[in-house]
Amino acid sequence: MKRTITLTVNGTTYTRDVEPRTLLVHFLREELALTGTHIGCDTSQCGACTVLLNGNSIKSCTAFAVQADGGEITTIEGLAAEDGKLHPLQEGFWEEHGLQCGYCTPGMILSSEQLLQRNPNPSEEEIRKGIEGNLCRCTGYQNIVKAVQHAAKNSAAKA
Amino acid sequence: MGAISGMVGARIKRREDPRLITGNASYTDDFKFVNMSYAHFLRSDYAHARIKSIDTSAAKKHPGVLAVLTGEDLKGKAGEMVAVPFGANCIIPPHSAITSDKVRYVGEVVAVVIADDRATARDASELISVEYEELPAVVDIEEAAKGLPALVHDGIPNNIGATLEFGDAAKTKEAFANAEVIVEQRFNNQRLAPSPMEGRGCVAVWQKGEDALTLYTSTQIPHYTRTFLALTLSIPEHQVRVVAPEVGGGFGAKLNYYPEELVCAYAARKLGRPVKWSETRSESLASMIHGRGQIDYVRIAANKDGTILGIDITAYQDIGAYYQVLTACISALTGLMATGAYDMPAAYFKVYNVITNKVSTDAYRGAGRPEATYFIERIVTLLANELGMDQAEIRRKNFIPKEKFPFATPVGLTYDSGDYDIALDKALEMFDYANMQKMAADARANGRYVGIGMSSYSEVCGMGPSKGMFTSGGWESATLRFEKTGKATVFSGASPHGQGQETSFAQMVATEFGLDYNDVIVKHGDTGNTSYGLGTYGSRGTAVGGAALAMAIETVKEKARKIAASMLEASEEDVVFDTGKYTVKGAAGGKSVTIQEVVFRAYVNPFDGIEPGLESTRFFEPTNFTFPFGTHICAVEIDADTGEVKFLKYVAVDDVGNQINPLLVEGQVHGGLAQGIAQALYEEVVYDSDGQLVTGTLMDYTVPNATELPHFELGSTCTPSPVNPMGVKGVGEAGTIASTPCVVNALMDALINTGIKDIDMPLRPEKLWRAIHGK
Repeated sequence: MKRTITLTVNGTTYTRDVEPRTLLVHFLREELALTGTHIGCDTSQCGACTVLLNGNSIKSCTAFAVQADGGEITTIEGLAAEDGKLHPLQEGFWEEHGLQCGYCTPGMILSSEQLLQRNPNPSEEEIRKGIEGNLCRCTGYQNIVKAVQHAAKNSAAKA
Repeated sequence: MGAISGMVGARIKRREDPRLITGNASYTDDFKFVNMSYAHFLRSDYAHARIKSIDTSAAKKHPGVLAVLTGEDLKGKAGEMVAVPFGANCIIPPHSAITSDKVRYVGEVVAVVIADDRATARDASELISVEYEELPAVVDIEEAAKGLPALVHDGIPNNIGATLEFGDAAKTKEAFANAEVIVEQRFNNQRLAPSPMEGRGCVAVWQKGEDALTLYTSTQIPHYTRTFLALTLSIPEHQVRVVAPEVGGGFGAKLNYYPEELVCAYAARKLGRPVKWSETRSESLASMIHGRGQIDYVRIAANKDGTILGIDITAYQDIGAYYQVLTACISALTGLMATGAYDMPAAYFKVYNVITNKVSTDAYRGAGRPEATYFIERIVTLLANELGMDQAEIRRKNFIPKEKFPFATPVGLTYDSGDYDIALDKALEMFDYANMQKMAADARANGRYVGIGMSSYSEVCGMGPSKGMFTSGGWESATLRFEKTGKATVFSGASPHGQGQETSFAQMVATEFGLDYNDVIVKHGDTGNTSYGLGTYGSRGTAVGGAALAMAIETVKEKARKIAASMLEASEEDVVFDTGKYTVKGAAGGKSVTIQEVVFRAYVNPFDGIEPGLESTRFFEPTNFTFPFGTHICAVEIDADTGEVKFLKYVAVDDVGNQINPLLVEGQVHGGLAQGIAQALYEEVVYDSDGQLVTGTLMDYTVPNATELPHFELGSTCTPSPVNPMGVKGVGEAGTIASTPCVVNALMDALINTGIKDIDMPLRPEKLWRAIHGK
């Protein structure tokens, strides 16, 4: 039995019929063609599928689409401004070589976004702690830390 | 190629990144085709069992199922998997894409379901009933080498798939007979799961009207994959196109041809519908190749003054149940690097390639060299301890001296260039070695567990040349094409997947032609538009692929100068090129033409006697491998109450020759360090005594997170390689190779008062806590 859900993703509202077992990540990727959210594991360890649901970062591979009914979601596609101007975190990752293969990056950026919203000026230790639910196999994390620091600094400068 | 200048050598941020940070890149699973179907593979739950029967009838009747295939269905239609043999006595057992008689590891494919959607395929696979007769699982490598408790393949006596030897046994025996000191130790280099964040996946599309196959697949080797598909499916090679779109990490594990690729391609042709498969993480941990898995019995002979006389190693390499593409060669790389950075008169390495009931091992970041570097850097430190020598001094005393390069090693390689002392000196200085040693000694005197470790490595990179890689070739291709409008496109046969060559190759072309960097783009990973290339692995992308591009640049430049000379009505010798313009030497008034004008002329109105167009495809064959080197030093403290490890400092000095883009080099080193440190401290594939995979999810297999890795301090020295025109050596594996022994040496130094000489990796908190408390 399919269920009808309505949710807002990156500012656009969608109504769709879904199987109750459909994972949110599959809904985003396959129903809405928002393929920037990636799947890296089956157990919520890697964080490649991280999105914001009502402002909180969640792992969309372990949430059902029906659980997001009525909610507001931000994915990596919704982070840059409408004119294409990059989000400070996107700038930070680019400037500081915070990615290599890029597969974990969308999730990493969204987790960092939540971190900076809660703590606009985190220490290195706080950043490392803040992204511990996101695994990266390429960067050794050092440049990701620098990317978040870069974003924190630039966001503060603009505020 | 001219001197490194302009943009080459600059820290340019990557042009790959905008698409990756905005979610606009396309990885394999992002592709969707009309009428696409999905494959789900049913895998063995047993490590070793005879298949008595498979009943697929219920699965076939399930609504939405298009086909259910077993090994029997593929017999005679889709060939065996591909493995490159290595060694005179190498026995390659048959390896079908879907097994039909026996299963030989947990995760081996038993059947595949193709259905209208992913969930249906998975649902239906649960309706397949397989009757197994369980057989004794062959798990322990050394027991397996005695043929115990069973044979994995009937035709392979004692489960020994090959025995390889390097060096001189008699000479080494003599060195040990004359030695004043002999130190010996058994080292276990545990199995690791490469775990790229994107697992494997593919989409096979059969174009009926053309009798042609396109396979989108997450691979490091699109051209090889095309050849393998052609051979195993009997499709003419020029009717097969392989596209590696964005690839989310490979680390060697995607340097392979996998059963799922063959089966999806076969099914797409059979059904006339596109077939997609995307690996789950548990499938990945069970069925993507693993790395390492080697036990080494190591003896080193020396004089009391620390002079090393020889090294003798007997090794057991865990092959797994079948050979994958390069499995047979990996332990050879260990043997070839067995003497590391040291000048010693004798060495002997013997390895048994042992077949077990586990998934295959194959190339994983460093591939064979981390194992060699681990045992030699560990045993040299043990020797220093035995002699009461400083661990830096024993290394310096035995380094291959700068003036001896090119240096022929006793195990059969010739190192290209090196200056090991300068890297060691720089590392010692950056580390503040003397003060840190005092700090560690004081801390230990106060009952703390603080240690300092180092490793001075030399490794082999830039795979080729072909004469050293006789079964695969060791060259690379590149095309440089100027478009009519003055833009330039590079097509590379290498297939980078995060290494950043879209940026570094563009830097090379921009520098050489004085072009705007944004006017150069780099295409790769598509056999439909690139000349045959061997792919990206073994840190060969720039050392071999970049060198091919350097040659293409040279060819295009020569032709452009000829056209410019005609345009300027001057003789070729009088035309000089600088900052994007050709000018006549010494001509008053600065008569000149831009490269864009030359390009336009080449296409629209070429001169008599000059072939139209402006592009070149070149293949570069290196004369030798490259041999990066360096010294890493770290200080660690073990928390006596918990066994947890804290890094006090990590310094890495690497010499990778000339650097096209130091930003990318640093990124590669960071990533390598993370993987090498993870081996020392966290990661281990565990099979139980029945061959069950215990580390079957990321909850059990510890890929370290950001809190578990330290801050790195990097330095570099520069000793250009003489074997390619750019003097680059390759950097992808350096960090991995050097860091594992460095960290373990530091931890064993921290435990030096316990009298324990070695603990098997990974040195997790529990093991360290037990060592400290004698439990």
